Amino acid sequence: MRNLTFAALVSIISMFSTLAFAAGSSLQLDKVDIDLNDKASLQRGAHTFMNYCLSCHGASLMRYNRMAKDLGLTDEQVAENLMFTTDKIGETMQIAMRPEDAKKWFGVAPPDLSVIARARGTDWLYTYLRTFYLDDSRPMGTNNLAFKDVGMPHVLWEQQGYQSIDEHGQLSVTQEGALTPRQYDTMTRDLVNFLAYISEPSKLQRLALGKWVLLYLAIFFVIALALKKAYWKDVH
Amino acid sequence: MSMMDWIDARFPATKMWKEHLSEYYAPKNFNFWYFFGSLALLILVLQIVTGIFLTMNYKPDAKLAFASVEYIMRDVEWGWLIRYLHSTGASAFFVVIYLHMFRGLIYGSFKQPRELVWIFGMLLYVVLMAEAFMGYLLPWGQMSYWGAQVIISLFGALPVIGEDLALWIRGDYVVADATLNRFFAMHVIALPIVLLGLVVAHIIALHEVGSNNPDGVEIKKTKDKNGKPLDGIPFHPYYTVKDLVGVVVFLFIFSLVLFYLPEFGGWFLEKDNFIPADPLKTPEHIVPLWYFTPFYAILRAVPDKLFGVIAMGLAIVMLFLLPWLDRSKTRSVRYRGPYFRTALVVFVISFLALGYLGTQPATSLYTLLAQIFTVLYFVFFILMPIYTKFDKDKPVPERVTTK
Repeated sequence: MRNLTFAALVSIISMFSTLAFAAGSSLQLDKVDIDLNDKASLQRGAHTFMNYCLSCHGASLMRYNRMAKDLGLTDEQVAENLMFTTDKIGETMQIAMRPEDAKKWFGVAPPDLSVIARARGTDWLYTYLRTFYLDDSRPMGTNNLAFKDVGMPHVLWEQQGYQSIDEHGQLSVTQEGALTPRQYDTMTRDLVNFLAYISEPSKLQRLALGKWVLLYLAIFFVIALALKKAYWKDVH
Repeated sequence: MSMMDWIDARFPATKMWKEHLSEYYAPKNFNFWYFFGSLALLILVLQIVTGIFLTMNYKPDAKLAFASVEYIMRDVEWGWLIRYLHSTGASAFFVVIYLHMFRGLIYGSFKQPRELVWIFGMLLYVVLMAEAFMGYLLPWGQMSYWGAQVIISLFGALPVIGEDLALWIRGDYVVADATLNRFFAMHVIALPIVLLGLVVAHIIALHEVGSNNPDGVEIKKTKDKNGKPLDGIPFHPYYTVKDLVGVVVFLFIFSLVLFYLPEFGGWFLEKDNFIPADPLKTPEHIVPLWYFTPFYAILRAVPDKLFGVIAMGLAIVMLFLLPWLDRSKTRSVRYRGPYFRTALVVFVISFLALGYLGTQPATSLYTLLAQIFTVLYFVFFILMPIYTKFDKDKPVPERVTTK
């Protein structure tokens, strides 16, 4: 009987582990190592986000004052340096562009970025932001390896410069930007870190609480097991 | 006169306490597989309580639903915990229910005189699937939307009434605001009431006939001079304290998922469900929730849509018929012959394989495999009256055994 129990458990567990790897994509994504505890990185990411993303993309589920609290900033610091679209600190990160207009200009309304990191994954975002390349056939003059024929132009061209694609599909910088490739990687990593943060602001709270719950249950287990053994002493 | 006497004269509180807990005699040899009944009850309570708090902030409106879920995740105090408890609880419910059903299958708990316990349990399983399916529409993400679109369109395959029936269920020509509203009503009121009623019926029926056990021995046959089963022990306190250990172990695993892997690699919360529902954009792969995938694989294995739907329905009907398909007098797998044991192994492999295939794109190889496993799934049931009748069962002991 034990063997059957064990076999059933093994097969269930192995089913889950194969499921977890089932989803895949053709492009090899670059891995990004983000750290939600790195407040300096999140602040830099917020700066990039407010200056370059939050004119076309909203983050309409994220509030400025929540961000201030979580990133270790005061409301005044956020209001002065990071708030361009509203003057109320309790507001969410909305944009002025109307979806109808956006659709006319880009062919598609730019998606809201509140939970984009959970929809796309951080590796995808990191790869996407770094794989724009020159393509004359596109209306904006650029294309993307992670998102073929994307409507979005290469917004960060001033930093990265422009890349060209060779016949093997490899990208190389042909017009230099203000940043070295390494600096640009850091910039996009910080931005992805910020996007991951706004996609689940409660994540740090969740991870912090988890270990205490598990510790409590572990202690309770010892007590519950002792209680069971005490009651079952006379059962043979 | 004590307070309890006063109550007992007006309401059978003490009588019920004795009947269902302190003097409900359960076999003393319950093993690992017997934790899942009480765990299912625990999760039911968890889902109802967290569900109540979710409804306080959720908006069943196609324009507001998606953002209201994220509002719960961000702005509601402890909202993220309540939401993850509910979403993780839904998957945990099915893990526990599948293990609970498997227990019934291997120890013959569905057999005479427990047929109604099994039938009520199967009805619970079907209603639970409906409850989960409707609940999954509520976050109004892409997978919610398209999953519902695909499943409801299955009703359209029925002859004559099909299309009208699908239209009647949706309340619109596509899944839309009307669908969301009615699914919300079904999910938070109608189906939970049915579930609770069935749980009561399931437990009353069980306590009427008594629990089966891993040996499949009827403990009521051997009683002491007071008329108490020699191999039985009062449910309370013995199994309440034992189940408490099970609850703690379960909550530990549950918390590991909830706090560290709430999406469970995209299988409890799917990536595409973080994109708001868009009726104009079909996702690349529409995968049903993991607990429906065995039946989804059966549906896809049959080339014709109507016969696929029928096969899927029959796959569940077969489970209802189990008490009458099994002709062996022996309950427990411990004493059953090689035919049943072999068939059981084939069935478990087929069910798990179908579950996996239901998550994969229907390539020609996978479709062929799904067809083979679908046939094996049905063979387990259809040939059961024959192989159980001629099986070489081993002698069953008089009393329960304890290792």
